[in-house]
Amino acid sequence: MKIAGEKIITGKGATLHLIPTKKYKTISIAVKLQAPLERETITARALLPYVLQQGTANLSDARALRLKLDDLYGAILSISGTKKGEKHIITLRLDVANENYLSDRTPLFERAVDLLREILFEPKAENGAFTESIVSRETQTLKQKMVALKDDKMSYANMRLIDEMCKSEPYSLHVHGYEEELGDMDGSKLYGFYEKMLKQDKMDIYILGDVDSELAEKAVQPFLERDISPLEERAASVHRAPADVQEVIETQDVQQAKLHLGYRTNIRYDDPDYAALQVFNGLFGGFPSSKLFRNVREKHSLAYYAASRFESHKGLLFVFSGIDPKDYQKAKEIIDAQLASMQAGEFEGTEVEEVKDLIVSQILETIDNPAGHIETLYQQVMGNKNITIEQMLDSIKQVTTEDVLQVAKKVQLDTVYLLTNKEAEKNA
Amino acid sequence: MHKKHYEQLQESIYAETLPNGLKVFLQPKPEMAKTYAIFSTNYGSVDQTFVPLDGKEKITVPEGIAHFLEHKLFEKEDRDVFQDFTKQGASANAFTSFTQTAYLFSATSHIEENVTTLLDFVQDPYFSDKSVEKEKGIIAQEIRMYDDQPDWRSFFGTIQSLFQSHPVRIDIAGTVESIQEITKEDLYTCYNTFYHPSNMTLFVTGNIDEEKMIELIRTNQDSKKFAPPAKIERFFPEEPETVAEKKKQVRMPVSVSKCMVGIKENTDYASPEAYLKQELLTDMVLDYYFSKSGVYYEELYKNDLIDDSFGFETSLEKNFGFSIIGGNTKEPDRFADTVKGMLQRMKDHTVSEAEMERMKKKTIGQMLRAMNSLEFVSNRFIQYHLAGVDLFDIVPAIEKLTAADANDFLKEWFNEDRLAVCQILPQEA
Repeated sequence: MKIAGEKIITGKGATLHLIPTKKYKTISIAVKLQAPLERETITARALLPYVLQQGTANLSDARALRLKLDDLYGAILSISGTKKGEKHIITLRLDVANENYLSDRTPLFERAVDLLREILFEPKAENGAFTESIVSRETQTLKQKMVALKDDKMSYANMRLIDEMCKSEPYSLHVHGYEEELGDMDGSKLYGFYEKMLKQDKMDIYILGDVDSELAEKAVQPFLERDISPLEERAASVHRAPADVQEVIETQDVQQAKLHLGYRTNIRYDDPDYAALQVFNGLFGGFPSSKLFRNVREKHSLAYYAASRFESHKGLLFVFSGIDPKDYQKAKEIIDAQLASMQAGEFEGTEVEEVKDLIVSQILETIDNPAGHIETLYQQVMGNKNITIEQMLDSIKQVTTEDVLQVAKKVQLDTVYLLTNKEAEKNA
Repeated sequence: MHKKHYEQLQESIYAETLPNGLKVFLQPKPEMAKTYAIFSTNYGSVDQTFVPLDGKEKITVPEGIAHFLEHKLFEKEDRDVFQDFTKQGASANAFTSFTQTAYLFSATSHIEENVTTLLDFVQDPYFSDKSVEKEKGIIAQEIRMYDDQPDWRSFFGTIQSLFQSHPVRIDIAGTVESIQEITKEDLYTCYNTFYHPSNMTLFVTGNIDEEKMIELIRTNQDSKKFAPPAKIERFFPEEPETVAEKKKQVRMPVSVSKCMVGIKENTDYASPEAYLKQELLTDMVLDYYFSKSGVYYEELYKNDLIDDSFGFETSLEKNFGFSIIGGNTKEPDRFADTVKGMLQRMKDHTVSEAEMERMKKKTIGQMLRAMNSLEFVSNRFIQYHLAGVDLFDIVPAIEKLTAADANDFLKEWFNEDRLAVCQILPQEA
């Protein structure tokens, strides 16, 4: 096994990242468009991924586009919006079979790139406006998505925690946008946002698979040559945890309560102690061997899941658990005790070594998957830190017990969010 | 050890059945960093009634016991096996399905130690009254978590509306009540009956050397004693043609309703080839009409009856099978009637040669994509193997299909008596 290297080619309008590898039977293409996270644009940027899949200048409707994909041996297209730190990213992905594994050897890669170009640069539109009927139908779909989010209690609790914790920060913006702003959305307004995206967003293109570099570079020329007038980089906002921990309790008719906690680490991807943060998280709640799982679940049988996850570009850490509504105080105390124990340095050098091995393995396993490999590399673009995967692994291996302790001391509880049922609230 | 090479896919599989009956498959993938191993027993939530090993009479065990057993195998007298894997840099997991219980790990180092741990912990049970009691709280929370998930409730509700007596209608994890009855003795009874090596399969894929790996597995298995292999007698009630409930409604606190249309599939396959053909055609036909390139998808979408949660799936097993079509909808009744009408109309449709070619291309391309994943290959290989099918023969099997096959299938497939609807609706005010 050899880790595939990344070749970067910078064009006027985009940066191309080539990752040649023979690991897969497909070729993956991903186009990433990055913009600041803003209330004014978030709803339009949530809607665009839906509208862009409804046809192109040459493919009259969504079904024609899908039939074209089927013809390319079931190429998989996805377009989605996500937030990372205080940035919003629209990703267009296209995975296509490598014809070397087909009995029909007609090349597919260039046709796939050309289709992606058409979807992004030549959407179905007329006189500077998207078709009204399409915009109104996709608005329905997006609205239903916003509403349905409430039915997934884990995501809902997560969203509510961030709403409360990051009230005054762009990070609290909802990735699906806001219903009130869909009311006066129309074809020409949305097209304006689309043009702004094409003009201003920072674009990165990833091509991963067994493709000739020259051929790939040639295929993406239209992307590299795009006209662009980028925005000034905006510094990320910095927030400290409040002196008093904020507690938010809400009720719904649920069987299981969701106890989610938000912490500030203020450690970001390009910080020197980012590697130590990863190790901290591994000891605290990242694995089944972590303190949270061992204590909340195994020792006290309070939950089926109890875990922690860190956010890399804003410096946050979250704990999630699903508990019996009556166990709120007890679960909260046990979770608090686990952080206190980390801060008191109650972990062994051998545990630190084990967790480092697990994280190294996790990174290696992530890059055994095409999308995982691309996301791992894109983290670096987001975090303005360009290192090889080997260097990334080395930085983990160098973390010491003392480094972890220093990180633990920086972790501050900001907000506790509990979604529970009415009976339990009375007794809380 | 027997080697089979698949030229077009450029894959090789090494196979061996050990003297104790364990079936071993190895797939070296030296270009990958990781190794994935799965140790699976042909025992799932539907295996409720059987004659225990050394027993004479058939017994019926509490609902959810296969899943309970899966949880408890990780706990030993002095330790939790999760931690053993952790110490060896591996991440371990397990799952229980209707027909399978599987234990697995992935790792990028200490592969031999981890394979040994996997074999040893599954083959050395330790159940105590205390640990059985403790697990009930954890599993109860797992069940409650699923109770709050409308997707799971609609999936399971559909199965329950389709099947009258087949144990597929029992929730895999059981109920909070049924798991209270489980005792350590029950766990040993199930374990001894279903975890004999002759009922199990081991699949290891990734960064491995096949010769060293098979030697390790042989040595490990030779050092253990097992009872001679015996045929397991399992009992399944006669499942009638008709469904349990034509229309089932579940009220729960949801914001958006859901509607699923379920079809109880025919399972009298004449041969493994017939099974594979039926499975492929069901998938391809559903895809042809209901995927985003399908005419029915387009119609449902234009009429505002679906959103992007819409989907479909088919599951065919030895003695039960179902297909489910549905998702969120604002109008559950109109959705159900429209889909029913579409299924009826399919009888009179014909698929052209050109359309069939496109369907085949799509299915093959997506199969290649799925094969990027070691997990997919191992899990599906085992599942197909139990049905007598070789996963790597699927691409040629798809290439052989014709428009006539699809049209014959369409004529026979739909039968109103085998259809049921399950709706998840908001609670009444």
